[in-house]
Amino acid sequence: MTTNNKIFISGDEAVAQGVKLCRPHVIAAYPITPQTITVERLSEMVEAGEMEGIYMHVESEHSAISAAMGACAVGARTFTASSSQGLLYMAEGLHYCSGGRWPVVMMNANRSVALPWSIYGDQRDSLSLLDCGWIQVYVEDAQEALDMIIQAYKIAEHKDVLTPMMVNLDGFILTHTYELVAIPEQKMVDEFLPVFETPNKMSFEEPKNLGFSSKPDDNTEFKYQQNEAMFNAIDVIRDVDQEFAEKFGRKYYDMVEEYQCEDAEVVLVALGSVCGTIRVVVDKMRAEGKKVGLLKIRYMRPFPEAEVKNLARRVNAIGVIDKDISFGYEGTVYTNVNSAISKIDKYVYKSNFVGGLGGRDITKAEIEEMFDKLFFGVANKSEEKVEFFSLNVETND
Amino acid sequence: MNRPKKQEFKFPTHIDEYPTGPQYKAGFLPEINAGWRSVRPVIDHEACVFCLRCYLLCPDGTILKENGKIEFDMDYCKGCGVCAHECPTDAIKMVKE
Ligand code: SF4
Ligand code: SF4
Repeated sequence: MTTNNKIFISGDEAVAQGVKLCRPHVIAAYPITPQTITVERLSEMVEAGEMEGIYMHVESEHSAISAAMGACAVGARTFTASSSQGLLYMAEGLHYCSGGRWPVVMMNANRSVALPWSIYGDQRDSLSLLDCGWIQVYVEDAQEALDMIIQAYKIAEHKDVLTPMMVNLDGFILTHTYELVAIPEQKMVDEFLPVFETPNKMSFEEPKNLGFSSKPDDNTEFKYQQNEAMFNAIDVIRDVDQEFAEKFGRKYYDMVEEYQCEDAEVVLVALGSVCGTIRVVVDKMRAEGKKVGLLKIRYMRPFPEAEVKNLARRVNAIGVIDKDISFGYEGTVYTNVNSAISKIDKYVYKSNFVGGLGGRDITKAEIEEMFDKLFFGVANKSEEKVEFFSLNVETND
Repeated sequence: MNRPKKQEFKFPTHIDEYPTGPQYKAGFLPEINAGWRSVRPVIDHEACVFCLRCYLLCPDGTILKENGKIEFDMDYCKGCGVCAHECPTDAIKMVKE
């Protein structure tokens, strides 16, 4: 256990504090709303000599990820940060980085993507990049954001993983609101997080050809291996969280966190900050005797298939809140959850609630309504649905 | 300079034989690269003054210094004739394959 120093900071600042504690050698980032404060704080820390790393001012996110990869290839611990269109601009590099097995850590401030242009939050940026080979974790508050940055380096750099990792926090809701955040002691982080070592580095002692091409004969084998590394991460995530809990006294329940799910009949599944609101509604409805629960998905990649199946075996209905939409189908989280549920030998009523797009609030009243719809769906054997909730206008549906 | 020795390439039979990601110790490409050659260099060692011009200029790095003599790695020579053209003593002749 530890004597944590608590300070009142925003989510963005919490990320910057977390990064500082991990002692990256190179930070390459381009400021974009609502991630800006993170990179500003980091540049100030480097300028003031509070950090030893190099801060690279790059001209775009494409350059940011390229510089981070290059630095990683000579054995440096690296950090970058982005959001929204910036993350999408980085997309080419994201695949390059995961294929090259360079364990870069990035913070992504979840923000809506254009058009219509919007700086407010939803999760379409990172969820549309689920297949880029990065580990994706979604946090609920600023403390979790800071702690996950520290865990991210340990997970990403693990020899069985060597995969880059994206720590996602909801734009504005988390990046710009202030909370009391415990700052771990440097000495303890140093004990927790060893110096970065990788077999894949550019070195004169052991020269290697880095990032080569492959023919149809063996490209699939490299991709198989990359996929296996992602599955290896599941055990590493568990071990790292356990070790983190022992050292710092805060536990994040691995791949998912169940809240009031032991005897729940219906549960809502969600990512990120909305889980805080759902907890409040769960408490209220529990007080009224309704057996509701929350499954907070922390990791979207690797996907917590076992945990979702395990929950589905125990409940009657699962509703998924998606702050994203894969146009022409359904919410991306729902697609993933549904795929896991389809593998169990039991019927569970399911519903997909798409909302909170472009920064719209998801209210307690709406969440209560979702739970009610799930109870109604089970009782009336209703058809399973994908619906946009809280539209401000009438529709033809 | 220590030229790496060519190693026989064995296609992996188990996934663990692959490197972690596309990074591996530098070496030769596993296959020969000389299928398109129609002429090849032949050297007259008597005429060669070992100035190493050909060694430096060969675009494919296929000229070797073996015991004070110029040799060619015919697995990789593409027959471009740069060596013959640049040799100050005309020690290299390009002959039809
Ligand atoms: S013919 Fe061309 S490729 Fe062959 S040894 Fe001479 S310079 Fe090199
Ligand atoms: S350029 Fe001619 S003389 Fe010079 S080393 Fe080559 S073969 Fe010999």
